[in-house]
Amino acid sequence: MTSLTRRRFLIGTASGASVLALTGCDALEQNAGLGAVIRSAETLTMKAQRLLLGRGALAREFAETDISPSFRVNGTSAPDSEEYAQLVEGKFAGWRLKIDGLVDRPQELSLADLKKLPARTQITRHDCVEGWSAIGKWTGVPLGILLGSVGLKPSARFAVFHCADELERTLDGSGRYYESIDLIDAFHPQTILAYAMNGQDLAVGHGAPLRLRVERQLGYKQAKYVKRIEIVDSFAGLWGGNGGYWEDRGYEWYAGI
Amino acid sequence: MTEELRNSPLTPRWRTILIRRHSVVTRLTHWLNVLCLGVLLLSGLQIFNAYPQLHWGQYGADADPAFLKIGASESNGEPHGFITIGSSVTVSTTGVLGLSKTGGEWTTRAFPAWLTLPPYQDLAAGRRWHFFFAWIFVVNGLVYLGYGFLSHHFRRDLVPQRSELVPRHLWREIVDHARLRFPKGEKARRYNALQKLTYIAVIAALLPLMVLTGLTMSPGVDAAFPVLLDIFGGRQSARTLHFITASLLVAFVAVHVAMVVLSGPWNTMRSMITGRYAIRQEGPDA
Repeated sequence: MTSLTRRRFLIGTASGASVLALTGCDALEQNAGLGAVIRSAETLTMKAQRLLLGRGALAREFAETDISPSFRVNGTSAPDSEEYAQLVEGKFAGWRLKIDGLVDRPQELSLADLKKLPARTQITRHDCVEGWSAIGKWTGVPLGILLGSVGLKPSARFAVFHCADELERTLDGSGRYYESIDLIDAFHPQTILAYAMNGQDLAVGHGAPLRLRVERQLGYKQAKYVKRIEIVDSFAGLWGGNGGYWEDRGYEWYAGI
Repeated sequence: MTEELRNSPLTPRWRTILIRRHSVVTRLTHWLNVLCLGVLLLSGLQIFNAYPQLHWGQYGADADPAFLKIGASESNGEPHGFITIGSSVTVSTTGVLGLSKTGGEWTTRAFPAWLTLPPYQDLAAGRRWHFFFAWIFVVNGLVYLGYGFLSHHFRRDLVPQRSELVPRHLWREIVDHARLRFPKGEKARRYNALQKLTYIAVIAALLPLMVLTGLTMSPGVDAAFPVLLDIFGGRQSARTLHFITASLLVAFVAVHVAMVVLSGPWNTMRSMITGRYAIRQEGPDA
């Protein structure tokens, strides 16, 4: 989950740039469908990458010695709610992961339930959209196993991850973090719901108790504080309708680049 | 294929002829490339501004040693911009790098507003422009490469002859360039050896390096072609090399444009627009 706190800070300090904001390419982009043309490259990129990647190509896995000595905490460092504070207090004993939407058998799982399922450990690189990278070791349940156990309805197309953190405080709750991936990535062997990082329980700063790892995409897809997985056929009814918190703020839904 | 223009009757032993210098494919791909590289540079600096540090290796973030860092800090209550290279060299760059004026207000940003696209900080928009023009740049480059090989443009115009690569010959060309003495007459029909070597370096090394180091920053492409990580030594090394290669391209363009201006801007510009290039030729009045 890649926070763009620096970006927001800069926007704040660059208030004088608001005049410039009305000119230049932004105006161009909002004009005469040029924005749509510029955005069409995203579809092309996704199709080209999927063609080259196939379904199964794996992200590189590194050695223990490659792990970053310090893994930057990004985005929300701790969800700011009474409910979350109580869960931390109770060591997440009362925490449940809800899986619902277009599934045959909706489920609620505790952290202990998840830890009983087959686990996968992978040492992978986390790439922030801003440009930095950190390598960490993740342990968790392959998402495909969970989706297999709840059974997807034929109309299922995307897995949406609802999170416990609000990255932006708004009255309507639209600042709540969420993310989504399609079923190709959902069933990819390296796509896991991680409950451990570098051999220890996931820290609050890194998304305790559960975060998504979808290794062939950028950091903002790696939703932290996941509490509900909703299977949908479109993003239309969800917040901004673009399939994610940063997607609703202009970033690409397909974050393989 | 040459059109002859009768020169002044007072100088019957010289005539100016217009030769066909650049094919239509070369001209179109050249100008499309100018547009692409311009947008890619400015949107690239916008992207750089989101994380204005460069690292070497597979990983790199704030806590890790930086190869290059542009930032702002405060000393004696006064903010100032700086660039740090390695761990020791720091240069004050207030006004341009790290700290610059945006619409009259001091702003902490690595590259100033007038060097980024869009001018205000917007990583998402910068990425959209960058990737759209990256696609056009790649397709345009492939068209040019395909044409260059099929039409023998590369073999005929860009591959230097053995005699041109002799050190003494190269040295003479360097001295001539330094004195701003450019080839005339028959010699001006062809690129000189320095031009050929420079263009080959740009076409065969710098531009492909830009594409490959750019692709290595993509987690998707890395999964498809992990060998890229071995070639460039990691995603962060690739990001650093992307920046260095872009800097070399900027240096090339600066020299390239300077040479156009110094060697006769009208003639060289005409040759890249209409294709026709005038050379003065010695010989009997035709």
